[in-house]
Amino acid sequence: MDKIKTEHLYFYYGKKQALWDINIAIPERQITALIGPSGCGKSTFLRCLNRMNDTIPHTRAEGKVYLDGEDIYSPNTNVVELRRRVGMVFQRPNPFPASVFDNVAFGPRVLGLLYGRSELADVVEASLRSAGLWDEVKDDLRQDALCLSLGQQQRLCIARVIAVKPEVILMDEPCSALDPIATLKIEDLMRALSKEYTIVIVTHNMQQAARASDFTAFMLSDAQRTGQLIEFGPTAEVFTRPQDKRTEDYITGRFG
Amino acid sequence: MRRAFDEDLEALQNQMLELGSMVAEALARSVDALKRQDMEASRQVIRNDPKINEKRFAIEADCLRLIATQQPMARDLRSIAAVLEIITDLERCADYAAGIAKITLMIGKEPFIKPLIDIPRMLEKDLSMLDRALKAFVDRDVEAARRIAAEDDDVDALYDQVNNELITFMLRDPRTIQQATRLLWVAHNLERFADRVTNICERVVFTVTGEMREMNIQEPEVEPQ
Repeated sequence: MDKIKTEHLYFYYGKKQALWDINIAIPERQITALIGPSGCGKSTFLRCLNRMNDTIPHTRAEGKVYLDGEDIYSPNTNVVELRRRVGMVFQRPNPFPASVFDNVAFGPRVLGLLYGRSELADVVEASLRSAGLWDEVKDDLRQDALCLSLGQQQRLCIARVIAVKPEVILMDEPCSALDPIATLKIEDLMRALSKEYTIVIVTHNMQQAARASDFTAFMLSDAQRTGQLIEFGPTAEVFTRPQDKRTEDYITGRFG
Repeated sequence: MRRAFDEDLEALQNQMLELGSMVAEALARSVDALKRQDMEASRQVIRNDPKINEKRFAIEADCLRLIATQQPMARDLRSIAAVLEIITDLERCADYAAGIAKITLMIGKEPFIKPLIDIPRMLEKDLSMLDRALKAFVDRDVEAARRIAAEDDDVDALYDQVNNELITFMLRDPRTIQQATRLLWVAHNLERFADRVTNICERVVFTVTGEMREMNIQEPEVEPQ
């Protein structure tokens, strides 16, 4: 079952073309990794999936992006609702300068999800549990989120996304600022979350893509076309017998 | 720019070729010792077998080290996985050589019931197949690998010939049974050797294409009931 599907997706920053004819079907409740060298359009593509690029002026998307079969670029789309359904975790943990509790409660409060006080506490606890952080913070939910370690902050950001009950979680290099242990915790967490959520992750770390994802998409730019999707398939296949020579060259480090 | 890892892979391949030469030499010597009924030469083949085993373990350790430290992907990964498989086959090939040497010791100095004709032929075929299969691996030559695997049929045909001939001897004169069964076992080892070479050919195809496919499968002659 495909959760997200793109058809002939092109993207432009002003006149600069950044994605070229991306056609991909991202399976539901699986982890899809986007890999490729810097500047290949991975992050741009990721940000198309919840229209995060809309916030950048003079940008333009062409083509279709379907979420459960509905075109998210249609004028009828409620973008706030879209970003609730398709949440995002960034490269550097970005908790608000507020308590752990308020960070997680932020989304439900802002979206006006109707929670009573105890209901909100339940959502915060459940989200922190899902993010694998509950045991580490339960004794002091009032502590400042910025006092947590980076790895904990990143899991807090994941809890914050989960709190608004999304369907898809986009992760843009979520481990690049983390040490190997914190990285493994995030990867284990991704695995657990993928039972419930569709996860799309951009990573520069090929080993991470290989060990932590179900599907892998390889993107590349060439002189004419920035941001092409070269190959997409089950991770085990892509890393043991890639179909395209360019994928092979990239993952074996013979690139360029 | 040449990657250090490429040099590691090449060194690994050279180690494997060296093991291949050791195995070829062991087989050639075992059959030569049989022909000449040279007990000392046979014992030498048996004594040498542990060195081949050690070499195999050393290459295996190298493979594991490269996997752990380089995290190879795609073709690199397949090629290391193939080396792991091939060295196992080579090590077993060496066991066939040692097996032949042991049989030679059993036959001892008693006169042959017949001149050895097809057994040396099987040896030549085995050695030629092994040599070319390892070359096909180095050259990543899928077509050559397929052709070599098909030659296993020739070795099987020679084995059938030896088998039929020895059975005729045994039927005619039961006193030949002991030596005939021993020679039959020699031929069997040579036949299995070629099967192992076929496995190596499969690994060549796997390394290049990623396909894992059994080569040279024969239809069973007797339908299972």
